[in-house]
Formats: sequence, structure tokens, C-alpha cells
Amino acid sequence: MKLESKEPKGELAEKWTNYRSTLDLVAPNNKRRIEVIVVGTGLAGASAAATLGELGYNVKCFTFHDSPRRAHSIAAQGGINAAKNYQNDGDSVYRLFYDTIKGGDYRSRESNVHRLAEASRNIIDQAVAQGVPFAREYGGLLANRSFGGVQVSRTFYARGQTGQQLLLGAYQSLSRQISLGNVTMYNRHEMLDLVKIDGKARGIIARNLLTGELERHAAHCVVLGTGGYGNVFYLSTNAMGSNVTAAWRAVHRGALMANPCYTQIHPTCIPQSGDYQSKLTLMSESLRNDGRVWVPKNLEDAKAIREGRKTALDIPEQDRDYYLERRYPAFGNLVPRDVASRAAKIECDKGHGVVKTGKAVYLDFAAAFERYGESEALSKGLKNASKEKIIELGRGVIKAKYGNLFQMYEKITGEDPYIMPMKIYPAVHYTMGGLWVDYNLETNVPGLFALGEANFSDHGANRLGASALMQGLADGYFVIPYTIGQFLSNEIRTPKIDPNDPAFAEAEKAVDERLSKMVNIKGNQSVESFHRRLGKIMWEYCGMARNAEGLKKARKMIRELRDEFWSDVFIPGSTDEFNPELEKAARVADFLELGEVFAVDALQREESCGGHFREEYQTPEGEALRRDDEFAYVSAWEWKGFNEDPVLHKEELEFENVELKTRSYK
Amino acid sequence: MKLTLKVWRQKSGDHKGYFETHNVVAEEHMSFLEMMDVLNQQMIEEKKTPVAFEHDCREGICGSCNMVIDGRPHGPQTGTTTCQLHMRTFKDGDVIVIEPWRSAAFPVIKDLVVDRSSFDRIIQAGGYISVNTGQAQDANAIPIEKDVALDAFDAATCIGCGACVAACPNSSAMLFTSAKVAHLNSLPQGELEASRRVQAMVHQMDAEGFGKCSNTGACEAECPKEISIDNIALMNRQYIASMVGSDTAV
Repeated sequence: MKLESKEPKGELAEKWTNYRSTLDLVAPNNKRRIEVIVVGTGLAGASAAATLGELGYNVKCFTFHDSPRRAHSIAAQGGINAAKNYQNDGDSVYRLFYDTIKGGDYRSRESNVHRLAEASRNIIDQAVAQGVPFAREYGGLLANRSFGGVQVSRTFYARGQTGQQLLLGAYQSLSRQISLGNVTMYNRHEMLDLVKIDGKARGIIARNLLTGELERHAAHCVVLGTGGYGNVFYLSTNAMGSNVTAAWRAVHRGALMANPCYTQIHPTCIPQSGDYQSKLTLMSESLRNDGRVWVPKNLEDAKAIREGRKTALDIPEQDRDYYLERRYPAFGNLVPRDVASRAAKIECDKGHGVVKTGKAVYLDFAAAFERYGESEALSKGLKNASKEKIIELGRGVIKAKYGNLFQMYEKITGEDPYIMPMKIYPAVHYTMGGLWVDYNLETNVPGLFALGEANFSDHGANRLGASALMQGLADGYFVIPYTIGQFLSNEIRTPKIDPNDPAFAEAEKAVDERLSKMVNIKGNQSVESFHRRLGKIMWEYCGMARNAEGLKKARKMIRELRDEFWSDVFIPGSTDEFNPELEKAARVADFLELGEVFAVDALQREESCGGHFREEYQTPEGEALRRDDEFAYVSAWEWKGFNEDPVLHKEELEFENVELKTRSYK
Repeated sequence: MKLTLKVWRQKSGDHKGYFETHNVVAEEHMSFLEMMDVLNQQMIEEKKTPVAFEHDCREGICGSCNMVIDGRPHGPQTGTTTCQLHMRTFKDGDVIVIEPWRSAAFPVIKDLVVDRSSFDRIIQAGGYISVNTGQAQDANAIPIEKDVALDAFDAATCIGCGACVAACPNSSAMLFTSAKVAHLNSLPQGELEASRRVQAMVHQMDAEGFGKCSNTGACEAECPKEISIDNIALMNRQYIASMVGSDTAV
């Protein structure tokens, strides 16, 4: 299979503008007759469904949630990047493009990333017009902050709830289209298969989660905005329901899964507190604007803290190792996520970790309290303010910036982060890999599109902070509305797709049989227990550091676990009712397949890049060692069946505008 | 810690509900939902049907979780969703009563899961600014006073969980509806449609069968995002103003 990226030719900065002007269009009278299915209502799905509805297409939109507003984009905290250069600090579309390519460790497509940087500006305009209450300065204009891996302030934010506000903006636009009849919304419906007719994506089989009924939904094409697969690790910052099922079902129908091993481990999450833990909570990267990361220099101090004999406050300044500032003076605490995560792991592995499990480092705001406090005192005209007063004022400033995050931390840990430094540790957060798509965001299955985290296209091997919201919305608002026309303009003579086509019957039967088989196993182990065990394998062997031996072992263990699942899982209830355990089981079954391909991909990629760190390939200083001569390609995997080897297809990445360099944040 | 749970069970909206008693051993660092996971794991091991409850992000922002715990929506801690409530709030030996939201406009689906789609329909009635993709001007062309933006944000922080309705003796959805009205109507972008919006949303709210507001303030007290009832006053004022000289007034 030859993978064609369909990137337009020409000057990088002109590609999208020129391409957009020459794309095939669908006339308004034809749009009304064309049906589009959008699965998922996060930033990508909701913005796509709303915009396609505005354009006049007949949209059917699906979510497994009880409302489109619950999609996990809602939980994104820190912000959204845009090359507005409102701060006059040297930002530009090119710089955002360059930072993203570099941040992704040169494993993404130049033209896609440049388009993303261009669209970023429109997103902010659109969101403000929708009423998204971004943070503002006293002059009434928009405020910005910095995120990791960049040296400008281009991140727009709404306290620590930027994802919530952007998603509500998209949700409201979607709601408007629902009220106008342009979008039909199917809540509590989960896509369990993709239906292809004559090789083209023509519909889905969705399970009505309230009744258990399988429904056939036909359309001229299908758009997936179904998010990432971080929950293959069981413990992650993803929501409990986030899953790979829609994308994985598409893979079973021939779509390719690209770079599954590129997983982002976020450096600042609240550490695990016990085996009962169901999910991990992120503390936004924006905190690294003001927080300093450190561990005790002396192993004895670290040990004393772990055993509860000392606290962070007992460690004098000279005995603290601000290791990010020490190792990466140019970027300091704002190095990219993959770099910060690995550095934390190294310190903890050396024995400097600070909670009972030894797996945590400090994120300390004491210096920021003082710095902001002094500035506040000055602006309030308080001369000779006491140190206590200054700290109090500084805490006020921090509270205004990150109040909800501090509160969240206190609720979860029971410790006051205004007094005691936060304890943090890396956790699985985002997956850069996803369905392979071309420049039109179309998968190798004609008529099947993938947007946002569900595709692989823009973040390479590592995503920079505040770029996920940007990509989800760019894809949904500003890319797919144009590029979908490239496919649909050839479909204007295609009549309404018939849900009675044999392809629908075949798919429905397959789903029904699979669910029945699962429910009838009536074994002895809960779905949850399998998911937890899979997560442990993934974290142990496919986590922050990987090696060939471990990956081979992981693959074998996952296969065994999968066989055990299919012979011993216990699912209460039946298929024809509201059955949350069955929903979960179907998702875990898919994770058990994806996990294997993940390990295969990680094993095949004999280099370190971004979030993929192979212990065999590192520089003498312990940094990632990329091997551009051999691995500057996208790995797109074809699923061949349960006990077969997946087949690798390569898309060579061509870099015409940036020079491939070793990433340095020193 | 050893706990006794009295959990509401109801097979579906057509069946009668009842309380079921279970004993659970929990740890103080668990979240409330992790304690419920323990209960369900236990029930699955006994080959029983686990308790259905809604949950997703487990970090207090998606608005999925909805349990009335000991008579209070989202439990005893102020400004906290069920998923963020931790067991350290409870004591060894406690008896905890767990119920679903109770409101005619939120019919029970199963056990603790209710249907909150009425909230979606209130938003669909007018909880948006009518701007198509691509129609926006430059973001900084609309300066907004910092305090106005902050107030709008405070209203916009609503997670749509429905605790306000569950807390209200009249099952009123005024706090939810007014939060969206206040968010959009106080911003210059939302001003043009302000009158139409407040009317349409209030009418939809009434049509869904939510009760009237009698100013008990229970909604504000139980709101996990601590949304102020000032929003209700603002909505009432705007609603009345919108009736004057409006051709859409009923």
C-alpha cells in the first residue's frame, strides 16, 4: 500500500491558501442532500459538526455521553496556543510552526503543522466571538502566558479551565445547529463498527446505550473525532470513558493506525496514592510558569521525607536540586513535557523521590509568592511591607492565576499547596499517534476522516503544551469544512445511502455476535481487573523508558491477557439493556488489541524520539538519540487479525523547510 | 474504614426504587467514586448487578457525576463534586445514604443515573451566540473590561451537573439557566441577542417541567462550582426588561 500524503506543492507558507482556493466545492443545493456522520463531540467533533451544519450539510452527530458537553476536552486546563503575537515578543506563524515541528522531535508533516499554525489565529477570533471568557488585562485586551518548549507568550487561557470554556463554545455552536435542524444529535450512542460499501465509509453501527439496541446509521461519509487511547495504560489523566473503540473498529475495517507508540507522559500530575486509584489528575503545565521543580540533593533527606521524618520545608535552599534549571538553563522549568518527565523519572530512580512510593518530585511556588508579592506591594504603595505581608500578597496573585488548580490539588491530596510544595509525578496524558490521515484528514479508507487527537498528524513524537486544543479546533472549524469537499464533490450524484444494504446487515451481525460472545463467557474476573492488569504491563514495559526485551515481553503478556479475557471475563446483565459493564468490556477488548500493536510499533522504532524513549538509543548525557537516516517516517500499521502480525506501511517524512537538528533546550 | 451504604436501586424509570444496604471497607485517600468502585467490584465478584452511576472525568469538570449523599447533592463538602469528595471527609463506622438527583425533569434511568437532556434543550433554545465559523473579527477588536470578563467567567464555569435542581425544594433550574444567560448577556458579543436569549431559555426551562424559584438559595449552597444566585436576579431583571416593547414577549 502506497501512502500518499496529498500535500500540495509549492511554498510552505502559501500551500494552504492556494490549496483552499482550488479545492472542489459542493454547491448549497447539493449540500442539503448530503449526509455526514460525526462521531465524538469533543473540541474536534463538536466544532466539525457545528461548522458542517452551518455549511448546510445534513449532520448526524454521536456521543456515548449523556450530553455533548461532557466530552473529555472539557478537562483541558492550561490554554490554547495561537500565533497572534499580541505580546509583541517575536511570535509568528512560522515560529509556532517551527516550535511545533521541533517540539514533536521532527516526526510530523511540515505542511500539516504549518496549516495548524495559520489556523491558530482564527480559532482565537472565533472563540472570542462565541463568548469564550479568556483571561484579560486591565486594558480589556487578551492576556497570554507561556508554555513548555517555547520562548514566547502565545498561550490564551481561561483560568485553569480553558478546555471547558472552549468546549462549551463549540457545544453552544453545536446546540444552535441542533435547534436549527441541521444537526441531529444522538446522545448515549456508541459507535461499534464502521460500515463500508464498495470500499468507501458509508455509515456506522451504533449501540443505543440505554436500550442496548444496535442501530444502523448511513451517510455519505464518516468523520471521527473520538479522541486518544491513553486509557490503554488504565491509569491516565483521561476520563474513565475515554476509549479507542471507534478508531479501533475503523482499523478492523482497514484504516491504518499510525505511530501508536508515541504517547505523551505529562510531567506534572498528582502522584498515585494507592492500588485502588482509578485515574490520575493533571496539574496544568502552566504551573511551571511560576513553580520550580526540585528534589532534595541528599539521599538521606529524600529518605527522611519518604519516611515522614522531614517535610519539604525542612530542606534548606542549598540542599535543594532544581534539576531542570540546572540541566536546561535556557528553558529551565519550561522544557517540553517529554524532557521534564524523563528528568523526573531519572531523579526518582536515583533515590531522590519524595513520597512513600519514592515516585514524586516537588513543584514549589515559594519563589513566585515572594516575587509577585513584592511587585504587588510596590503597586499598592506599601513601603517596608513585612515578609509575611509580601507572601500573603503573592499568594493572592497565584490564587487569581491558578486558584482552581490549587483547590483541586488540596481536595485530592488533603494538603495545602499554598504552604507545602506540590508533589507531582509524570502520568500518561495524551497520545500523539492515531489514525493515519492525509493532508485532507482522510484516512486510507475513502470517506473516513479523523480529527483531533484521533489522528496522528500534527504533533510528531511529542506534543507541546496548549497545542491539543489548538489542533482539535483547527481540524474541526477550519480544515475539515474545506477538505471534506474534496471527497463529497464526487458524491453529489450518490443517492441517500441505504441502511438496508447487506454491508450494514453484515456489520450489525458481527457486532451483535461479538457482544453476545462477551456476555456469555460468564467467567470469574471483572472487566476492571483486566484493564488494570493491561495498564500495569503497558506502564512497566511501554512507559517512560522502553527496551527491546521488555517490549517483546509486553507483547507476549498482552496476548496472554487477551486470551484470558476472552475465556474468563465476567459481565453481569445482558446485551439488550443499559449495561455499563458491557460498554466497558467492549472498550477493554479493543485496548487489549491496540496494546499489542503499540508494543510492536515501539519495538520496531529503533531510535528515541519525543515521548518514545528507547534505552538502547540515548546520548552519553542520557538525552533521546534520534536516527533520522533510518526512522524519519510515519509508521502506519495494518491490522491483520487476532493472532497475526500487524503489517507496517511507511510514509517517508520530507523536510524542505526545517533542518533536522538534535533538539536542545540547554 | 468500615462503612455502611444505603444505596438507591431502581431497575428503570418504570420500576419502583428501593434502598439496598451494603458494607464496604474503604481507605481515607480514596475518592467517593473509588469507594463506589470497591462496592461494584465486590458485587461483581458476588455475580450481582453493580450499582449504575454516572461518572467520567473524575476531576470535577465534566459534570457527569451526580449523587445525593446524606441528603446533599455531591455530599457534605462545599464547592466539591462527588468525584472530588474524598473519604477522609467521613469517619469509620459511618452510615452513608446515596440517592440519585430527584426531579421530575430528570427522570431516573437506572439506579443513580438520571436523564438530564432537559439541560441540553435549554441551551439549544438560546444558550449561544449566533456566529458561524469564519465570521469572527480579530479577537482584540472587542476589548472587554477585566471585571466584566471575570464575572462572565464565573457564570460560565457551570458544569451542567444539575445539583442546583437536586438541591431546590421546587426542582428549579434557575441557577443553571441564569448562569448561561449571565455569561452571554453580560458580554458585548452576546448583547444583540440578549432579549431573545433570556426569553427563549426561560420558556424552554418552564416547558421542561422545572419548578419556580422561591429564593431559598439552596442551589447556590450546593453548587460545586459555587455559582452565585446573583445570576438569578440578573436573569429576572433581564427577563422583565425583555418583555417591555418586545414582540416576542408572551
